[in-house]
Amino acid sequence: MKTTTSDMGRNRTGVATSPIDSADITQEAQKHQPSHLGDGSLLLQVRQIYARESEGLGSVPPPVSLKGVAKTAVDVLKGSKPTVFIDKLGERLAFERSGTRLYEGALAKFDVYGSWEGGPTREGLEKIYNDELSHFLMLTEALKSLGADPTAMTPSADVAAVVSQGLPLLIADPRANLRQSLEALLVAELADNAGWEMLIELARDLSHDTLADRFQLALESEVQHLLWVRGWLAAGVSVEARGAPAREERAGTQPRV
Amino acid sequence: MALDILQEKGVPLDKQVFTWKDLVRRPYSKLDDDAFTRVCVIYMNGIMADALRTKHAFARMNRELREPLALIRRLEQYEQTLINWLNPADQTPLETTLGFEQVAIEVTASVALREPDPYLAQTYRFGLLEDFDHLYRYSALYDRLEGKDPNNITQSYTDIIPGRPTSVEHRHPLDDLRRPYDKRAAHPLTKLHAMSITAAENQTHDYYMTVGPFFSDPVARQLYAEIASIEEQHTSMYESLLDPGESLLEKWLMHEACEVYNFYSCVAFEKNPRIKEIWQRFLDYELGQLHYVKEIFQNVEKRDAAEVLPSTLPEPIGFKEHRDFVRKTLNQEEDMASNGQDYVRMADLPRDHRSYIWRDQLNSDGSPSETVAAGYKWIPGTELAARTPRMGSTFEGKKVH
Ligand SMILES: [Fe+2]
Ligand SMILES: [Fe+2]
Ligand SMILES: [Fe+2]
Ligand SMILES: [Fe+2]
Ligand SMILES: [Fe+2]
Repeated sequence: MKTTTSDMGRNRTGVATSPIDSADITQEAQKHQPSHLGDGSLLLQVRQIYARESEGLGSVPPPVSLKGVAKTAVDVLKGSKPTVFIDKLGERLAFERSGTRLYEGALAKFDVYGSWEGGPTREGLEKIYNDELSHFLMLTEALKSLGADPTAMTPSADVAAVVSQGLPLLIADPRANLRQSLEALLVAELADNAGWEMLIELARDLSHDTLADRFQLALESEVQHLLWVRGWLAAGVSVEARGAPAREERAGTQPRV
Repeated sequence: MALDILQEKGVPLDKQVFTWKDLVRRPYSKLDDDAFTRVCVIYMNGIMADALRTKHAFARMNRELREPLALIRRLEQYEQTLINWLNPADQTPLETTLGFEQVAIEVTASVALREPDPYLAQTYRFGLLEDFDHLYRYSALYDRLEGKDPNNITQSYTDIIPGRPTSVEHRHPLDDLRRPYDKRAAHPLTKLHAMSITAAENQTHDYYMTVGPFFSDPVARQLYAEIASIEEQHTSMYESLLDPGESLLEKWLMHEACEVYNFYSCVAFEKNPRIKEIWQRFLDYELGQLHYVKEIFQNVEKRDAAEVLPSTLPEPIGFKEHRDFVRKTLNQEEDMASNGQDYVRMADLPRDHRSYIWRDQLNSDGSPSETVAAGYKWIPGTELAARTPRMGSTFEGKKVH
């Protein structure tokens, strides 16, 4: 087990590892002209061609209940596009659900690695775990109340999953200690905060005020998550930078905050 | 639409041409396309991977055929590329894995139902129940690692429940070998089936061996190691059904027929016109390849290809759900085991049987497939949908602490 993250060691990735070889290959690379003219923009041009031919990632499924069908019809008559809200609700739902798994993983790491001065507490991580889970359940209800299918993976949910693929990857990696894992939680909470803010604006725009009020409560807890996670991470980095010895926490014990 | 493969000449080899742009097309949609479109893509990639694999093995053992093998292999390389590149990038390796197991369940079920030889049909049912369990284990992994719903991929066609538990599927290598069909007596469909399922399982094995190390979670890494080992067993089992007495050219000819048959099955199923057009194109290419090989076969073996080829193709593979059949099979045959080439009830194997020893050794440090799915019950929306938050959280919009 390794609680520190930035010790000096035998890292071989840079050119300074092998000055003679690196000077030699650098010289050789300079001597040769590229086999073809142009620059990196060609690659982007091909991407543009494919983008023009694309039809996107997918769609939002139609409403499942009569109520949903009726609501959709009314919204469409009013000139709005109700599937946008469904799509974004689906995104938040998926993100909160995946977030729950992230905090489960973080708790498991906490039990192994322990914490540090100003670092996470089991209580704090559990509180966030609970919040993410209850946000997921709340969004499930919200989607149902709109006559939508909360089990569908919407295009925005898919996008969020692609963007955050690295988060569960890092949390599940036993080699990444708790402090390193907090980097994933920080990215998640930053996205979480912005996501909820935009969802609330959208809900207000579409006059879903009751939902917007509930989402506001969720956002308040997300604000707290971000403050905590950022604080825990910053403390961890500075504790190690100051050369303070890592505090050995026994599995399951409560560190002081 | 019976297809007379001896009459239909398809596209000649020199007209089978590609460009990189043509090979790398717009993929299917993970969200909007039917799960069986993904099933066909994954399955046909497996068929074509085996077309190449088989021909490489032939080329290493036969001097005279090296040139024609090289010519056909290159075309098949392009076909396989175009097919495999239809998988979209937003579909993660684990999601594609769920697709692989859905292939192994639904395609094998269709094959098991139509297989004329009862011993081979039994073998397909035997393997089917194991892949059925893999879907459940990988589903638990997907749910628990990423908080996502496996049914988003399988689209309610396929049950997500335990089959013959993966932890008891580990057998001694000699208990995975089966009696081959007899090339002279076997129905052509029997040969097509055995080739097809062997191909699909071999690709499943190769896929798990490739993507397993991309996972960080130790149980995920162990689970891929464990299930890849079963797919190696399945490859050994299904390939042992093929008559080793078939000449190399006879095998080659039948493989081309198998490729024709499978593309033909995809054409019959596919509703997405963009994908269907690909299946139709490759059906015509494979007919061209079949006739090319047929000429070589007749020249070298001095016999009529019609002796081994079916004139009309059998019913296309049923790319559809088989839940009733799979449930019935699970109910009746979950506890089957094998003793050498014979099927027995697990309880009838002596406790000191070589397969028990093999299995116990592997599982003696713990079982990844049992760990990953401990207490797992799939419900729509992931198992978290059934969980209630512990104390001290916001729930139903109210702060409770
Ligand atoms: Fe959240
Ligand atoms: Fe959060
Ligand atoms: Fe499998
Ligand atoms: Fe298999
Ligand atoms: Fe072929």
